[in-house]
Amino acid sequence: MTPRAVPSVGRGVAWRGRLNASLVIGASLVLMITAMALLSLVWTPQPPMKVLPTSAYQTPNAEYWLGTDRFRRDVFTQVILGSRTTLYVGVVAVAVAAAVGVPLGIVAAMAPRWFSGLVMRGNDILLAFPALLLAIMFAAIYGGSTLVAMVAIGIATIPSFARITRSGALSVLSSDYVLAARAAGRGPLAIATRHVLPNLTGLVIVQASVSFAIAILAEAALAYLGLGTPTGQPSWGRMLYEAQSTLRSAPHLALIPGAAIGLAVLGFNLLGDGLRDALDPQLASR
Amino acid sequence: MSGEVAAPVLEVEGLDVATGSTALLSQVSFSIDAGERVGLIGESGSGKSLTALAVMGLLADGVYVRGHVRLHGGPENLLEHSARQWAAVRGEEMSMVFQEPMTALNPTMRVGAQVAEVIRLHRGVSRAEGLRRADDVLEQVGLEAAQTSRAYPHQLSGGQRQRVVVAIALACDPRLLICDEPSTALDVTVQARVLDEIVSGVASRQAALLFITHDLAVVAQVCERVLVMYGGRIVEAGPVREVFAEPRHHYTAGLLAASDLSAVEPGAALPTIEGTVPAAGQLPTGCVFRTRCPAADEACEDQPPWTARAPGSAPSEAFGYACMHPAGETDE
Amino acid sequence: MLWQLTRRLAILVASIVVSTVVVFAFMQVLPGNPARVALGVNASEQAVARMTAQYGLDRPLFVQYLDWLGGMLRLDPGVEYISRAPIGPQIVDGLGVTAWLVAAAMLLAVGVAVPMGAWMAMRHRHVDGVVLSAVSQLGVAVPAFLVGIVGISVFAVRLGWVPSGGWVVPVQDPVGFLQRLLLPAVALALVQGSVLARYVRSAVLDELGQDYLRTARAKGLRPAQAVLRHTLRNAAVPVVTVAGLQLASLLIGAVVIERVFVLPGLGSLLLDSVQARELLTIQSVVMVLVVAVLVINFLVDAVYVVIDPRLRTGADR
Repeated sequence: MTPRAVPSVGRGVAWRGRLNASLVIGASLVLMITAMALLSLVWTPQPPMKVLPTSAYQTPNAEYWLGTDRFRRDVFTQVILGSRTTLYVGVVAVAVAAAVGVPLGIVAAMAPRWFSGLVMRGNDILLAFPALLLAIMFAAIYGGSTLVAMVAIGIATIPSFARITRSGALSVLSSDYVLAARAAGRGPLAIATRHVLPNLTGLVIVQASVSFAIAILAEAALAYLGLGTPTGQPSWGRMLYEAQSTLRSAPHLALIPGAAIGLAVLGFNLLGDGLRDALDPQLASR
Repeated sequence: MSGEVAAPVLEVEGLDVATGSTALLSQVSFSIDAGERVGLIGESGSGKSLTALAVMGLLADGVYVRGHVRLHGGPENLLEHSARQWAAVRGEEMSMVFQEPMTALNPTMRVGAQVAEVIRLHRGVSRAEGLRRADDVLEQVGLEAAQTSRAYPHQLSGGQRQRVVVAIALACDPRLLICDEPSTALDVTVQARVLDEIVSGVASRQAALLFITHDLAVVAQVCERVLVMYGGRIVEAGPVREVFAEPRHHYTAGLLAASDLSAVEPGAALPTIEGTVPAAGQLPTGCVFRTRCPAADEACEDQPPWTARAPGSAPSEAFGYACMHPAGETDE
Repeated sequence: MLWQLTRRLAILVASIVVSTVVVFAFMQVLPGNPARVALGVNASEQAVARMTAQYGLDRPLFVQYLDWLGGMLRLDPGVEYISRAPIGPQIVDGLGVTAWLVAAAMLLAVGVAVPMGAWMAMRHRHVDGVVLSAVSQLGVAVPAFLVGIVGISVFAVRLGWVPSGGWVVPVQDPVGFLQRLLLPAVALALVQGSVLARYVRSAVLDELGQDYLRTARAKGLRPAQAVLRHTLRNAAVPVVTVAGLQLASLLIGAVVIERVFVLPGLGSLLLDSVQARELLTIQSVVMVLVVAVLVINFLVDAVYVVIDPRLRTGADR
């Protein structure tokens, strides 16, 4: 149930050419993080997760740009590597959610009443299992890991995609050109793939960006709780957990990964808002 | 004319409306007496709605207005009113009916309460009394109060909703009623009823009516006098019959020709006015219509003077036109 | 309207039943023998067999399911496999703590977010509106547990105004109770409040652009009056529903915050059980949380039907 009016659907990705502040800032942040993650594949300031022959808890200095942590590892390296984990989890989770949620939403929009009712009720039940809860359930059986985080977040994000897709699909299905296609005898599969899907691209992209932001927060929380990426592998959330006990003496160990998470989430949120504005003014959240 | 003339209910003088450096209305002047029904016609973009909003003080942020607007010949210029002063005047002395009945009412409030609100606002009566008087007004516009008052807007048809809006407008017996395309969004069959309610509503109150529309047939039916607007200026004014029978301004002539389907031969093209209404900032200098006028020449690059309709008499705001080469004359 | 509510109630009950089956299947069927999971990889076959018999884990699944369900309804789902501690009282105790946290956070969030969101909407073209909007964007982006950690660092460790964690029962020590409730509630409320504020802004902006506001002004209502009497009333409809959904988010967010502040709530119970591999406890606590979320969503739906007259008669907007 969406209290807001259903957004109108444009013809595919109709770029209105309105480059707005949200879009620019958001895209920049996202690009920066992506660049960091890609960079980490070929180079990091220090060898990944290596314990260095230097002191622990160093504040940012010339040699170790963001200092060192309690295990004498370079913080800057960890932040860069952490971005890789963050993006990795985000991409997989959102991809899974979209791959399942979008077809589900379209089917729910096109299927007979009783079936779509069932699908949406199932959706609602799934909504009652937020990422955290699912991750806890998975971790209880399989232990905490990046995979658990990805799967849990992915499954928990399916309902958002299903809902927004269904709303959009219903809108498209009632439009004139779909009516014309039906009158011309096109079958449901053709209509779904040729007409409905392309017109939902904008909606899905915006939702993907927003869900990505949520996924980042979820991954951080799971890592913090020990249900996601374990200690020893890079993760911003885990860094926060490790930093908590030494807050007084080394606050930078918490603030740096915290800022990284915040900027990443902000970037994807702004990107989503900006895209929404730019692709179809009627979707604008103002 | 009788010796004692009552001041006109509404006097508008030199109304200029602009946003940024773009002029939207220029030197609009007219007046309406009690009981008079005056139409304001023109195409979309001519500035008709802006005129109404300016008079009501409901222009959007960033839109500036200059000029004089007076009620009952009073000394104050409404355009200089504070929000509080406006609030006292609106709904009480002057009220407005807008074009979109479907969205004009608050969807979560019962209809009776919405009518009662304007009554309680200006008369200060209790809730029960307000609802009672609201029922009266609803009956006056031809709605069954018993059923309508407790209903929500979405339970009423477009025509019914518009009549509710008319009821709200008339509830406090205003001296001036402004209607902006009140029947345009309604079915043809329903239009007549709503127009009836408006006309009888103002008649029974001896109120002045400013009726804005692009529909010439409606103006002919409802109004006594007409003002023709183009590009933010009044280009012709006069009694409806006269202006429609013998238009002096070529724009008026064009409008009439375009509306007169009976004069068209079967299979022939419908008459139109060449060109389109220019955007607000791109009006030509001099005569505002000269880029589309069949009779335009270099003389028209100067602003044409306001000329009287009847040759030899003095032009007044209510009767005149602004054209260098008026229609109906054979020479320059 | 009654029909709408009854229908939704029926759906709620069905959803709860389906959820119990899902949770049960997940925790009891998926991992194989729960006894083996609880005892660990190195457990002897004997120990596993003994535990299996002890807790009837070899009975038909359906029987175990009904047993557990019946127990849940009685608030006594059983005892933990290893520690033998009864689960029911632990859940009740945990609920007591979590409920306080969530209620306090909700109150704070709504109390700040609604006026702030309305202000942001009404001043959206002015500097202060834009600045507030940017601030709320930041609020949305920051993880709640980070706010908690920073809060502890500043207010507990550095300034010493409140203790950095722990819990006391309100009856025993009201001041201490409030001190320990404050920071976690604020941490939760800050983030959820920002989300809510943005929704409120959006809803009010939507309503500000509506025609009926113009009608209200034309009636003679002053701008502030018109906004208060008409706009905010109508904006309340989507806001109430979102606020309700926020409650569900708060519940889940509380799980993490309890870890940060070491509060003995449902979240801590859950996380501790995960570490101890007590599947039955996890199953039961998850069930409580899921039912809570489903019930909250149902109530939100119901309230929505009640306050929006357009839904009562099933008319389209």
